[in-house]
Amino acid sequence: MLQVEHLSYDVSEEGRQSEILSDVSFSVADGEMLVITGPNGGGKSTLAKLLMGINRQTAGRILLNGEDITDMSINERAKAGMGFAFQQPPRFKGMTVRRLLTLAAGRQLSEDECCSLLSSVGLCAMEYIDREADATLSGGEMKRIEIATVLAKHHDICIFDEPEAGIDLWSFSMLIKRFEKIHKAKKESLILISHQERIIQMADRIMVISDGKVESIGEAAKIMPQLFGQETESCTCRQQKGGELCEA
Amino acid sequence: MKLNEAAENVLKVIDSYGFKEQGAYNLRLNGMAVCHGDSRHIRIVKKEDKPGIDIFISGEAKDEQVHIPVVMSESGMKDVVYNDFYIEDGADVTIIAGCGIHNDGCSESRHDGIHAFHIGKDANVKYIENHYAEGNGTGGKVLNPVTKIYVGENSIFTLETTQIKGVDSTERETFIELAKGAKLFVTEKLMTHADQSAISNMDVQLNGENSSARIVSRSVAKGTSRQVFHPRAVGNNLCHAHVQCDSIIMDEAEISSIPEINAKHVDAQIVHEAAIGRINDEQLTKLRTFGMSEEEAEAVIIETFLN
Repeated sequence: MLQVEHLSYDVSEEGRQSEILSDVSFSVADGEMLVITGPNGGGKSTLAKLLMGINRQTAGRILLNGEDITDMSINERAKAGMGFAFQQPPRFKGMTVRRLLTLAAGRQLSEDECCSLLSSVGLCAMEYIDREADATLSGGEMKRIEIATVLAKHHDICIFDEPEAGIDLWSFSMLIKRFEKIHKAKKESLILISHQERIIQMADRIMVISDGKVESIGEAAKIMPQLFGQETESCTCRQQKGGELCEA
Repeated sequence: MKLNEAAENVLKVIDSYGFKEQGAYNLRLNGMAVCHGDSRHIRIVKKEDKPGIDIFISGEAKDEQVHIPVVMSESGMKDVVYNDFYIEDGADVTIIAGCGIHNDGCSESRHDGIHAFHIGKDANVKYIENHYAEGNGTGGKVLNPVTKIYVGENSIFTLETTQIKGVDSTERETFIELAKGAKLFVTEKLMTHADQSAISNMDVQLNGENSSARIVSRSVAKGTSRQVFHPRAVGNNLCHAHVQCDSIIMDEAEISSIPEINAKHVDAQIVHEAAIGRINDEQLTKLRTFGMSEEEAEAVIIETFLN
């Protein structure tokens, strides 16, 4: 279980303090899927980085399975059971995909295991396993490999920052199935940062972050109508309905 | 041939294929050829006029290896050796060379290996050269190789040079000529630390029609070490060449990367890329999310970069 208590993050720019996240509290139960959504620039990715220890909070506490991990480094949090998939994964000159997956797993992976991981993110394993994870791969290919690195071993909680970004529709469907499978097994908690309706629909609970604050959090059934209702309420464009154009 | 422990260890590092007194081989220890053997298709002959050997490789040689390591375990030695390779049309051979120095003394140990390759037509030659030095003495460990390679028509030459550890000073001079249809693949890997220095000058003349060259240099400079790379590709005919130099700089090191491309024919296509930068923070962070410490992540990045 992950517990986040009163998390805040300020940055100082040209001598002026600016608040990126303010007093964010929530929890994620074992096996639960929490989807974090909200407008661009609202603080979602910053929150994910604070959870993983990539950025350090100004105030607040983070507990994983009852243990205070607030002052732990990135690697200590990884060892404590956290996994993290970057929105824009880095590339590695000279590092084969096989080696990257092996490092991610923390043990030697068999060829079958590597292939299975790559297949699960929609990549033809034999084509990629010995390729370098460098600039010769497209953004979408690199993104899928990034997701495979997180799937390479068991975590208590996995954080995926916009896993759908840059992924084609076919691979996206495979990815959804993979998340559904993890969710169904209830062995790992998932935090997914996403704008994608299909991902949001999968959530047990949804948290909306806007202007660095928790705007709302609750059961998917409760938040979904608010979320998409808000969108249509604020939209003044004309939509197609029953073959006729009408005001939305 | 029984070697002392220091020499044995050095030999293991420089001959990653595993040195054996089998097939074609020549081991030079402290300035003397201590053992050698010929194979059916490869003949090694000691030079009469100067130190070194002539290696004659028959066109009948297919997928064969020649091992010619040099080990220096006595402090204060200055060894100059001339090795000439004569490779017939159609030969397919891998040559494993390199020099390892173990210097526990206070005098400089230095090896200058001067190699020339004369390669016929349609041959396939892979030349692997590892340089390594170790020892607790204050004496310098210096390696200054000079390599001249003449690649015949439609032959392929692959040059892999690696200097990862311990060499205090190196000045490498490489000159390569490519005939019609000849292909060259060069991979140079280098890591320097402390106050070491390394200079590598490479001159590739693409003389023949449809000749091609791909030169990749990867290096890491730590401490206060200094590196200078100057690969030069000259297109004298319809040809293709690609020169790529990538370096990671750390601490207070200094790297100069000076790729030079020179076209003397309207159909010469030559490209160069050069980049120097520190270890990427995002790469470090990514590896740390796997549970590695910063030091472990840094070591993995360097190892894979030089892989």
